[in-house]
Amino acid sequence: MTKERKMTLTIPKEELMSPGHLACQGCGASLAMRLALKALGQRTVVCIPACCWAVIDGPFPHSSLDIPIYHCAFETAASSASGVKAGLEMVGDTETTVLAWAGDGGTFDIGLQALSGAAERNEDIIYACYDNEAYMNTGIQRSSATPLGAWTTTTPVKHYKKHPKKDIIGIMAAHRIPYVATASVAYPEDMVKKFKKAKEIKGTRFIHIFAPCPAGWKSRPEDTIKLARLAVQTGYFPLYEVEYGEKWTLNLKIKERKPIAEYLKLQGRFRHLKDDEIAMIQKEVDANWERLLKRCEQ
Amino acid sequence: MSKKKEAKKIVFNSEKEMPIVAMSIGSMLYNKTGAWRNIKPVIDLSKCIKCGICWKFCPDASIDIIDDWPQINYDYCKGCGICAEECPQKCIVMVEEEK
Repeated sequence: MTKERKMTLTIPKEELMSPGHLACQGCGASLAMRLALKALGQRTVVCIPACCWAVIDGPFPHSSLDIPIYHCAFETAASSASGVKAGLEMVGDTETTVLAWAGDGGTFDIGLQALSGAAERNEDIIYACYDNEAYMNTGIQRSSATPLGAWTTTTPVKHYKKHPKKDIIGIMAAHRIPYVATASVAYPEDMVKKFKKAKEIKGTRFIHIFAPCPAGWKSRPEDTIKLARLAVQTGYFPLYEVEYGEKWTLNLKIKERKPIAEYLKLQGRFRHLKDDEIAMIQKEVDANWERLLKRCEQ
Repeated sequence: MSKKKEAKKIVFNSEKEMPIVAMSIGSMLYNKTGAWRNIKPVIDLSKCIKCGICWKFCPDASIDIIDDWPQINYDYCKGCGICAEECPQKCIVMVEEEK
């Protein structure tokens, strides 16, 4: 009887990313771009600074995206996107969406001042940060998005990262921009919904996407989606949105959070952690979760 | 996957053929990434419930939906195994590539 079923697709069928791109096997970032473009549609311009996506897209004169791309300098994703938007407005094009697409290094560290400037001017752009928690493109160096306890090439096992991850959503929400949200590649419907919602809003919109990286996290390529899902289910990366810095909404309520050890043990970058260190990470996750719940209740 | 584009590599024979500024004029479809994989996914369509989950999660956009059935594009599939892992019916298995 199953043969009679009709296939119902929960996300748009339109495909703006073609295969043949240069991402590693099981790349979360390429899946994130695929889902984002499904939501935004053909009338989009992407500004990509130096990040994994600068490579994934392909060398000149080829491209794996069906939309215009502007490759810009590392720190200028937000300011380039503001410029592209201003140019489009000058020629009378108000429909085209301008998307700045940067990695966590280009958002949390290097591009932060450009992003903060664009958010302060409330430029009409969508800024999407796909977060793979280190500088994966150049060889897994620590960034301020790297979580507590993680191994990277610049924080080796003996000196693993001792500082927690930067709260970028808190920083962006403090700019009082119209829309700030988190999304995960394991929840495509939620992600497409958020990008569609962002497309309708005017002003700076920031979307933080969790994109696992099998090469840098030393995890199996087939675990990409499982890891992204576990990150949400453990409360490590909750799905929520903030409107005008005031209205915090939790999109996915988790009744019973899974222990963080389940998420950590799938990744080679956390292999060195002892039980007391895992307990320390669990404590940090719990504290973040409580803080988020408090904000969402208001 | 758009069918309009050609899977052809663009090669410039002289500087006169090059565009004035660096711009994308071709598609990456020429790059057949199927050569990267060691294991390949095989779908058992008799068990498929047409949920579309394999198509939804493919990071290489190499699962096409043809006449309501998922079909793997072996020219581009990199063999990451996400489809086999996420399939709720477990009807996708990864088998070793033989060449």
